[in-house]
Amino acid sequence: MPAEFVVPMAQHIGAPAVASVEVGQSVSKGQEIGAAKGFVSVPVHAPTSGEVVAVESRPHPWGTSLPAVVIKPDGEDSWSTDLQPGDPGSLTVDEIVEKVRLAGVVGMGGAAFPAHVKMSPPPEKKISTLIFNGVECEPYLTADHRMMLEEPERVLQGVALLQYVFGAERVVIGIEANKPDAIALLEKESAGAPVEILPLQVKYPQGAEKQLIAAVTGREVPSGGLPMDISVAVHNISTAAAVADAVLFGRPLIERVCTVTGPAIREPKNLRIRIGTPLSHLVEVCGGVTEDPGKIVLGGPMMGFTQLDFNVPAIRGTSGLLLLRDEDVDRQEEGPCIRCSRCVQACPMHLLPTTIAAYSRRDLLAEASDYCAMDCIECGSCSYVCPATIPLVQAIRYGKAAILAKKRSS
Amino acid sequence: MSKQLYLSSSPHIHSGDSTSKVMRAVLYSLLPACAVAVYFFGPAALTVLLIATLGCLATEVVCQRLMGQPVTVADGSAAITGVLLALNLPPSSPWWLTLLGAVIAIAIGKQVYGGLGSNPFNPALVARVVLLISFPVQMTTWSSPIPFGSGLDLVTTATPLGEWKNAVMLTGQMPPDLQSGMVDYFLGNMAGCVGEVSALALLLGAGYLFYKRILTWHIPATYVGTVVLFSSVFWLVNPDKYPNPLFHLLTGGLVLGAFYMATDMVTTPVSTKGMLFFGVGCGVLTVLIRLFGGYPEGVSFAILLMNAATPLIDRYTRPETFGTSRQGARS
Repeated sequence: MPAEFVVPMAQHIGAPAVASVEVGQSVSKGQEIGAAKGFVSVPVHAPTSGEVVAVESRPHPWGTSLPAVVIKPDGEDSWSTDLQPGDPGSLTVDEIVEKVRLAGVVGMGGAAFPAHVKMSPPPEKKISTLIFNGVECEPYLTADHRMMLEEPERVLQGVALLQYVFGAERVVIGIEANKPDAIALLEKESAGAPVEILPLQVKYPQGAEKQLIAAVTGREVPSGGLPMDISVAVHNISTAAAVADAVLFGRPLIERVCTVTGPAIREPKNLRIRIGTPLSHLVEVCGGVTEDPGKIVLGGPMMGFTQLDFNVPAIRGTSGLLLLRDEDVDRQEEGPCIRCSRCVQACPMHLLPTTIAAYSRRDLLAEASDYCAMDCIECGSCSYVCPATIPLVQAIRYGKAAILAKKRSS
Repeated sequence: MSKQLYLSSSPHIHSGDSTSKVMRAVLYSLLPACAVAVYFFGPAALTVLLIATLGCLATEVVCQRLMGQPVTVADGSAAITGVLLALNLPPSSPWWLTLLGAVIAIAIGKQVYGGLGSNPFNPALVARVVLLISFPVQMTTWSSPIPFGSGLDLVTTATPLGEWKNAVMLTGQMPPDLQSGMVDYFLGNMAGCVGEVSALALLLGAGYLFYKRILTWHIPATYVGTVVLFSSVFWLVNPDKYPNPLFHLLTGGLVLGAFYMATDMVTTPVSTKGMLFFGVGCGVLTVLIRLFGGYPEGVSFAILLMNAATPLIDRYTRPETFGTSRQGARS
C-alpha cells in the first residue's frame, strides 16, 4: 500500500465531485469523500481507511492540477457501512440505478462516463440489444481479458443486473477471437442464461463503441447520434463487474484492474489497483523501470495521455500504464502527403483523414466540418499508418475542438 | 528521472512505415523490367536508364536549391520518376532527348507544383508526352530486340501496335501474322519502349508490390479488365480488322501503365470507389485512342487525361461516412 492516496474529485465525464471531508478527519474505506454535483456526476469514495491529510489541488492525469482529497492510510483498511448489499430479487430498477450512482460507477473502458446516466435512457428510447464490451480497447492492454478470466461470476452478475434494468431482449458479450480462454470460460459460466458470447474479429478499433455495435448488430449508429437511437446500449465488462459490486455487495468503485506494461517496465503485470494510487507505486510494484522511459502513457498507445512524471494518481479511467523506451518514441520527421490513401483505408468511420487534417491545420473549419470532422472517433489509426508521419488525428482533434468552440460562442 | 520525457498527443506508436520505404519498394519492383530491358536492348537501354535516373535526381536537387527549399532527393521519388521515364522511352533515344525528358519530368511535371505530393499529373508521363509531341521522329523510332551478347546492332522496326495501325490505315485489314507471337510478346521479345515490352517482368515486380501492400488491385484490375472487355467488343464485331484482347494486353504499354503509371498514388483518387472509376476511364480511353486515334498507343494519354479528372472523381466518390448510409440510419 502506498504512503498516501491522492483521490481527484474529477475522474469522470461531467461535473466533478465536490470534496465533502475536511483535513484531519478520519475516513473509512468506501466512505464518500466527494459529493456528486448534478445528474451527470458521481460521488468519489475513500480507497482505504485513514486520515485526510490534505484537500488541495494536485497534479492530475489530465495534464493540470485539480482538486483532490489526500488520504494517509491507517493500515486497518476497515470498510464503511454507508452502502449496504442489496437483494437483487426485491430491488426495483430505480433502486438499482440509484445504488449504481451512489457507488460512483463509471464506464471502465477509459472514457469514464457515469453509468447511472447510461442506465437511464429517456423512456421513448427502448433498448432491445445490450452489448458488453469484452474487446480489449487498445493494443498492449489486457485488463479486460484478465477481468473475464478471473472474475467471470461477478461480470455475469453485473450482466444480469443490467439486462434486468434495460429489459433488453438480446444480450451479447463481444470478445475478440484471440481470447479463446475467456470465450470458453464465459460460455461455461453463462450456460443456461440468456446471454450470447460472440467471438469477434481481432482488429483495432474493434472495441470502439460504434464499431462494436456494427460488428454485433450489423447496424451503424447514425452520424451525430447515440447507440440508443438504434435501441442499443453498450457497457464494458468491467463496468458490469462494478455494477455487481455496487448493487449486490454495497461496494463503491474504489478499485479497478490496470495493465502496467511497455518495453521500459521490468515486470509487466495486470494489477488490481486502488483508485488514487500514485503511478510511482505501480511502477515500484512492477519491479521498476529497465531504463529511464522515453514516454509515460496513461491508457493505451493509440488514445492514451502522456504524463510528465509518475507523480499523478491512477483514476477510475486508468486502464493502463504504458512505459515506452526512448527508441520506441516515433520522431520521424513529417513529410508531404503522397495521397497513398492508407489513412482512408484505415479509417473505421470511413472519413478522409488527410483531407480533414489539411483543412483543420489551415483553420478552414467549415470545410473540415463538411468532411465530417465531428464523426472522427480519434482512434489514431490514420496517424499510425501514415508513411509520411503526418499528425493526422492530432490535427483533426484540433479541428474538432475549434469547431465546437466556434459553435459554443455563436 | 534525469532524461527528458517526450510529451505528445496520441497515438504514441507508429507502423514504422515511411515514404522512402514505400519508394524503395517501388524501385525494387522495377528491377526485373530493367533487367529484361538491358537483356533485349543492350547498352542502349542501360544508357537511357542511367541518364533518365541521374537526370531526374540532378534536376530535383537543382530545383530545390534554386527555390531555397530543403533537398529531399533522398526520399526516392525522383529516382522512381527517372526509372519510369526511361521505361517509357524508346531504347534508341539519343542522350539529349532522355536528359530533356528528365528535366521536364521533374521541373515541369513535379517541382513547379510544389514537389512531391502536389503534382496533378504523373511526371514521367508528362515528360513522355511532351517529347512525343515535340520529337515525333526520335520518339517513334523503334528497335527490334537483340538477344544479349549476340554482337548485333539494334535494327529499326515498328512496334506491334504501330504495325497494326499502319496496315489498317493502308489496307483496312490486320496483317495476317501479327497475332501469332503472343509468347514473345509476353516475355518481352518485341519492339517497344525500354520497359514496357516484358509483361512477365512487370508482373513479377507488381506481385512484389501486392505482397508489400503498396499496390491494391483496384486500378490495375479495372484498367486491364476494361481494356479486355471493350476491345473484345470490336474484335468480335470484326476480327479481321481489330486485334484480339490478348494482343491489346501484351503489346504496347498497357501492363506498365496499368500497374505502375496509373497506380501512382499522388495523381490518382484516394477512395476505393474513385480508383475503380479511374481504372475504367483509363481502359476506355486507351482502347479508343489505340483503335481510333492518330497515335498507335494510347496508354500515356489515357492516364494523363484521367489524372486531370482525379480531383473531380475524388469529389464525387467521397466514402460514405459511418452512420450516414441508409442502412445504418434505419432503426
